[in-house]
Parts: sequence; structure tokens; C-alpha cells
Amino acid sequence: MPEAKAAVASPIADLHIAGIAKSFDSVRVLEDINLIIPDGQFVTLLGPSGCGKTTLLRIIAGFELPDRGSVRLGEIDLLSLPPNRRPVNTVFQSYALFPHLSVSDNVAFGLRAKRLPEADVRKRTDTMLESMRIGELRNRRPQQLSGGQRQRVALARALVNEPEVLLLDEPMSALDARLRHDLQAELKRLQRSCKITFLLVTHDQDEAIAVSDRILIMNKGHIVQDGTPEQVYERPISRFVAEFMGSANVIAVSSWRDDHGAIATTPVGEIRLSTIPSWTTGYIAIRPEDIEVRDIAGPACLPAQIEDRMFRGDHWELVLVFGRERLRVKTEPDQHHTVGQWVWAELPHDDVLVLAE
Amino acid sequence: MNAVQSPERQKSATQPIVYHGEFTTVKRLRRRGWLLMSPGIVWLIFFLALPLFGILTMAFLSRGEYGGIEWHFTFENLFNLFGFGPLGWARDNFVIFTRSIILASVTTLLCLLLALPIAITISRSPRRWRMLLLALVMVPTCVNLVIRTYAWQLVLGNQAPPAWICQQLGLIGPHEALYPGAFAVYVGMVSCMLPFTILPLYSSVERLDWQVVEAVHDLYGGRWHVLRHGILSQIGPGLIAALVLTLVPSLGMFVVSDLLCGAKFNLIGNLIEQQFHSASNWPLGAMMGLTLVCVSLAGLMALFRWGNGLGGGH
Amino acid sequence: MRLGKTAFTATLVGFLLMYVPLLAVAVMSFNTTARGQRWGGFTTAWYVHMVGNQKILEAAWNTLVIAVASTALSTILGTLLAIGLSRTPLSKPMRRCTDLLTGLPVVTPDIILGISFVGTFAMLRSLTPWFNSGLSTLIIAHTTFEVSFVALVVSARLAMIGQEQIEAARDLYASTHVMWRKILLPQLAPGIIAGALLAFVLSVDDFVVTFFLYSPTVTPLPIMIQGSLRMGVTPDIHALSTVIVAITTLAIVGAALFSRKPPTEIP
Repeated sequence: MPEAKAAVASPIADLHIAGIAKSFDSVRVLEDINLIIPDGQFVTLLGPSGCGKTTLLRIIAGFELPDRGSVRLGEIDLLSLPPNRRPVNTVFQSYALFPHLSVSDNVAFGLRAKRLPEADVRKRTDTMLESMRIGELRNRRPQQLSGGQRQRVALARALVNEPEVLLLDEPMSALDARLRHDLQAELKRLQRSCKITFLLVTHDQDEAIAVSDRILIMNKGHIVQDGTPEQVYERPISRFVAEFMGSANVIAVSSWRDDHGAIATTPVGEIRLSTIPSWTTGYIAIRPEDIEVRDIAGPACLPAQIEDRMFRGDHWELVLVFGRERLRVKTEPDQHHTVGQWVWAELPHDDVLVLAE
Repeated sequence: MNAVQSPERQKSATQPIVYHGEFTTVKRLRRRGWLLMSPGIVWLIFFLALPLFGILTMAFLSRGEYGGIEWHFTFENLFNLFGFGPLGWARDNFVIFTRSIILASVTTLLCLLLALPIAITISRSPRRWRMLLLALVMVPTCVNLVIRTYAWQLVLGNQAPPAWICQQLGLIGPHEALYPGAFAVYVGMVSCMLPFTILPLYSSVERLDWQVVEAVHDLYGGRWHVLRHGILSQIGPGLIAALVLTLVPSLGMFVVSDLLCGAKFNLIGNLIEQQFHSASNWPLGAMMGLTLVCVSLAGLMALFRWGNGLGGGH
Repeated sequence: MRLGKTAFTATLVGFLLMYVPLLAVAVMSFNTTARGQRWGGFTTAWYVHMVGNQKILEAAWNTLVIAVASTALSTILGTLLAIGLSRTPLSKPMRRCTDLLTGLPVVTPDIILGISFVGTFAMLRSLTPWFNSGLSTLIIAHTTFEVSFVALVVSARLAMIGQEQIEAARDLYASTHVMWRKILLPQLAPGIIAGALLAFVLSVDDFVVTFFLYSPTVTPLPIMIQGSLRMGVTPDIHALSTVIVAITTLAIVGAALFSRKPPTEIP
């Protein structure tokens, strides 16, 4: 008997989000969000708190209604369906496991709510418990589980229903760093094997880079950059993204001139840029690992003094002072310098990124 | 692209919203809610709010011929209350009032003096003990008032240890007991009301920041200062609650005095009870009840004002 | 802390004050001496005698009937009230009104409650003989002050369950019916039981309100005890009191156990 309750989507279902806007008490939380998520992609909504990422997730899940816009999953108009009829499942930040039910009853809950025959329910639940490696916990209560175990139960509970889209609301924020690292890898593997669209919300950029196929960076209700982890990391589009990803040094440009290519005047010195900026004043960025530290001056080199150096195992982190500006630089572990030493910093113009604002 | 206008939509009750994952409207939620609440609300209005209002009205009605009520509005009861009877001013009622107020106040004071150290002791004991101690404090509250009170007749009787000790010390005569008498009443009252003082006080004491107390101790040294600036200033709300929850019920009590002292120790509660049973002057009783409520409310408000000052000033 | 000695003595005095009377009664109930406080010897004869006492049995029956009836009524009314209050968005002024109404029985002194019931029932009596002093009025009165306590306990329990579980249930395809039957009610049940136990205790141990409403034919236990006290204390009463204290304590402990938060810490 077909699952009467949940609407079934067409075989390949892409998630279309168009024109979504939402306010709470006259505070604009989301403004004109448009995006398409193809089936089977692992997408992360990344941004600081208050940027609207959780609200967007909740709108897709069905716990909020947007002021404007539409959300379609293939042919289905999701917004017309209450959450209990959307083929979408959520892993909540605090997991929201049912404390009065055992692990297996928790996992089986959705299937039973859909009135599937009990034999099917049991089979599917057992399979899911085994594949998530929590089989021996099946009769325990959530209170008796550790944080990592609870997360797996929450995942199992959601995935056993074979949703079209799995939504994850900061699922690792309650776990310690080492556990997080392991679970990130597992999450990635899980998504690859079940091929379900995963939509993850987080404020942790390392997590986003580790798991996603695609990252959407949000700020103040807008999507500011949409790209692969490499793209977002190496080519931040704006000052906000560069600073949020923490990957690049942001340098203010007071003016620039055209001299066989753009040359920018900055507090650090004169820097040749890779492209012509569209603005007269703005920002450029360069990643710490792209700055080369040399003893002899060469092209695109600027003088600087080493203020600080820290060993990080696989590289040195240096802080170079240019006048009053400081730039972070990463060098090979075998390069040795001393604090206070004057060096030449090469900023290759190919690696200097012109930021959009 | 159009400039996006800020949504000036009114909060309409028929607007679709999502409530805990359910598609509904505020209107429908309210309708369903009132359906659930109405049996309870109707009951409370009919059997609680209206009767209380009835007492309010009754206070201003006249006593009927054979003890009923006559629908004749008057302030007579107010005068009777203060002792202005047909034979001029009698001090009986005044005495009773004063006695009640003194009893309630002293009881409350004694309870507070005992409750604070007890609350502190409990809050500083190891976790396991804490739950047990609190439970021990709560249990007597639920035991029948009559039983709790008459038990003191036993304990303070002339053959029991306490009386015997006092006889030996020469505080009382050789065959006298500690009961009936004013002393017994106070003991009984404190015994009954103490749990009501401890519990609200405890909830504030539990959250005390002991570092502040230590700091005050370092600064000032003296016990009194530590108490006043360190402890009392932090537990203002709990103190008020404890005070209120002890004083208000104490004002209306009459069972304790009745059992431990008999007819000699009349209180407001006894007076009111008499109006409704023997004297059959319901309107007067209602007026007395009303006065009791007003005095309690007045005391409450005064304490809140004063309490805010006590809690805020460091 | 320097407060040590004072605190300790105060605690000792306090607990003595609260418990000595109860212990005294319990002890005396096993005493062979009928009157006075001298210790004669251990006996359970008074308990046996108590069970044979007709007046006591009648009063106990009355108390039981009133307690069970009022507990049933107040639990139903109170639970519905709590659920309605918790799951309905009300405007601020309206919320204040309902909170006030629900909290009224808790803050009103017993004696005021007593006299207001007397007045109302007198008036209603002129309409129908239903409201003559006796069982019906006592049940109604007890129910009235119990409702608030039940509502309080159940509301707290509902708040503890929290919004996220309800959303999770919805996310997992639960209809309203399923959500109630499988998620909310099972977790609410202990709270409802705790509320019912509390209501039961309040009814059995009430004195003041009952004092204003009893009739010669319907005399609950506390009134009966107080009445016989006027004629001097008998050990029957001690035995009876000890039994009442025991039942009350058990019920309260039960209510506390049912109100416990489910453990959330990892062992």
C-alpha cells in the first residue's frame, strides 16, 4: 500500500527556491533568496548568527511560512504542504529525540506514523540501525547515550524515511572537536552512499569546507557567494566572505592607476593586481600561503618586518608588519626566520584577488 | 527590481501561520484553546470569582431578621467592625485585630529568623542531602493542620519533657503545663508556618553568589555587614515571597489559637468564623473578611515597594 | 563559614519544631496509657480499636468519597485548562486575566474561600436543594481549590516537554492525533498523576474550607477529629492521626516521584 500521508516527488527532484523573503516583527531576516539545488548535492548554508540560514532551513522544513516566494521540489509545491506531509526530514540542533521511547522506537517513529506494515517497519529500522552502527543500542533510551550516539540516532531517525531532502541544523555544535572531525567524514560518506540531497546549516567554515559539494555564504538575509569549497576559499568574492572564511588578508585600496595593468595604492605599499577593479576605492585580498618571504628584493616585493612567528606543525605562521598594517603569512616548515628580521614579501599579482566591495 | 517595502502587514488573526509545525491560524488556535479551557474557566468563574465578588457585595449589605441577608446597602458593617456598635465604641474588635496582627507579625519574624539559617544550611549541603532535606521540609505542609496543632497539646502537656524542664527551672508551677497559653500558640504557629517560609526563601538562597559574601566579609568584616550587604541584598525577592507567604495566611488562622488556647485568645479568624456560625451576621463576617484581604494586599504592596529598595541597594 | 554554629542550631530547632509534634502523636498511638503522657508500654490495640469505631469509619468514608470525587473532577478540569493555556496564543491582557483567575485559589486565604462558598451556596440553595450543605457542596468546594494546583503541575510538565519534540514529531509525518497519543500524552501522564495525588492530599487534609461547609450528616475526618478534641484527646485519635499522616506522606512522596525530570545526563 503506498504511503498515503507523504507526497511522493518525481524521480529526479531538484529543489527550486524562488523569491523567498521573511520578516519577524519588522526585522528582515531573509531577502529575495533564489537558488536551485540539484538532486543529490551536499549543500551548506554558511554564515554568522542572524544571517537567516536557520530560518531558510525551517521554511524548507515547514516550520515557518515565508512572506513571499515559492519552494518547489520537482513538481511539488512544498509551501502548500504542512511539515508532516513534506518528503523532507530534519535533524535538529539538539536532536529532539523522544526520551520516553527506545532508540529503535525513535528511529521507527516516522515509518509507523506513515502506517507502514509493521514487518516493513522493523526490517527497515534494523537495516538503518546496522548501517549507522548503533544496532546494539536499540533498546536504550536517549538519556543513556553519548552525544555522538544521539547524533547518529537522530540521523537514522530521519534517513530511514528516505526523504528527498535531508535538512541538518548545526548538527555538530553540541559535540567536542575531535568527535566533530570524525563525524564530518562520516556524514560525507553517508551522503555519498545514500545519494540524498543534504542541506546543512552551520557557522563553522571548516565544517562547511570539509563536507560540502557546494557552499552558500549568507549574510544579513542575502546569499553573498555561491560556489564550491575551493572557489569560496580561494576566491572570496567580497570583503565579508574573505574575512568570514578567515582565509585571506584583506587590504584596503585608497586608489589605483592603470600602468600595463592595475596598480593599487595601499597602506602596505604599491601592489599590482590581477584584474582591473570596477571601483575606485575598495578592497583586495591575498591568502597567507600565497605570500612568499624572500631575503632579496624582487618584482612585486615589499619590505616588511617579522613581528611574530608560530610553528604549526606543517607550516610556520608569521605576522609581517608593513608600516602599520599586519599581514598573515604561511611558510614552509624548513624556512627559518627570526622575530624582528627584515624581509621582502612577494605578493604575486596572480594571487592578489580583487574583491567586489 | 522593485525596492522592497518593509512589511506593514497587520497582525491578522486569520493569517496562516505555523504553530509548532502545524498549519493553522491564530483564530483557529484560539478557538481550540478556549474549547479546552472553558470547562475549567467557567468552573472557576462560577465557583470562585463570583463567590468572591459576592463576599465583596455582602460586606455592604444588612443582616436579615433571622440571620439571612437583606438587600439593603449600608456601611453599617464597617462601623461595627471598628467597634462602633449601638452601645457606642467597644474595644473588643480593636483588641482582636491588634492581637491578630501582632501574632502574625511575630510569627513571621520568628519564622524568618529560623528560616534563613536553615535555607543557607540546606543550600550548602551536598547534593544528595539537599533533595532529602527539602522533601522533609515539604512533608509537614501537607499534613492536616488540626493534627499538627493538637499534637502540641501532647508535647506541651504537663507530663511531657518540655514542661517538666520548665517546672524544674522554676519557670512555671509544679503542675502547670506549657499549654494552653500564649506561648503554646506561638510555638504552634511557628511550627505550622515554618515550611512556608523556608521554601520560597530557599529558592533565592540557592542562587546566592557566595563570592560576593566573601568579598563583603573581606571589606567589612563584621557579621552584621556580611548579613546585610552580602546576603540580604542578594535575596530580596525570595525574602519578600517568604514574608508574604507567611504573613498572609497567619493573619487568617484561627485553628491554632483555638486548639492551643481556647476561647481566651480570639483572633480575626475566630471572629469571622463566629459571624458565620453562631452570631449569624454574615454581612459583618464578609466585611471582616474583606478587611483581612485589604490589609494583606496593603501589606503586600508596601513590601514590594520597600523590597525593591532592599534588593537594589548595594 | 562563621555562620556555622548559628545555622546549625537554627536548623535543629526548625526541624524539631516541624517534626516533634508528628512524632509525638505517632509515639503516643502505640502507648498503652489512655490519658496523659506517661509511657505505659507498646501496643497496637488502639489501631484495632480505631477500625471498630463507627464514627471514625463514617468520617473516613466521607473523606474518601469527597477526596476521590473532587480529585477526579479537578484533574480533568485542571488538565484541560493547562493544555488549553499552554497551547493557545493569547493577547497579553487576556493572558494576565487567565493567569489571575487560575492563581486565585492559591493566594486566597482559606478562610476567605470558606466564607465565599458559604455565601454562594446559600444563594444557590434557594434555587435548588442540590446545594444543601453536605457532600455536593464539599465536593464542589474542594474541586475549586484543587483545579489550580493540578493546572500548575500539568503546565509545568508541558513546558518541560518543549516545542522541539512536537516539531520533530511533525517532521516525522505525525498527524495531530498521533502526536498526542504517542508523544505528548505518554510524557504528560506522570505530571497528571502527580497533580491528581496533590489534589487528593489537599482534599483529605483540608480543614478550614470544610469547616464552613460540613453538615451533621456529612462530617469528614479533620472535622471529626477537631470535634472530639473538644472532649479531650483519646488514643484512637492518635492512631487515626498517625494513619492520616502516613497516607499523606506516601501521596506526597508519590507526587514528587512523578514530577521528577527524566534524567538527561549521560551516566
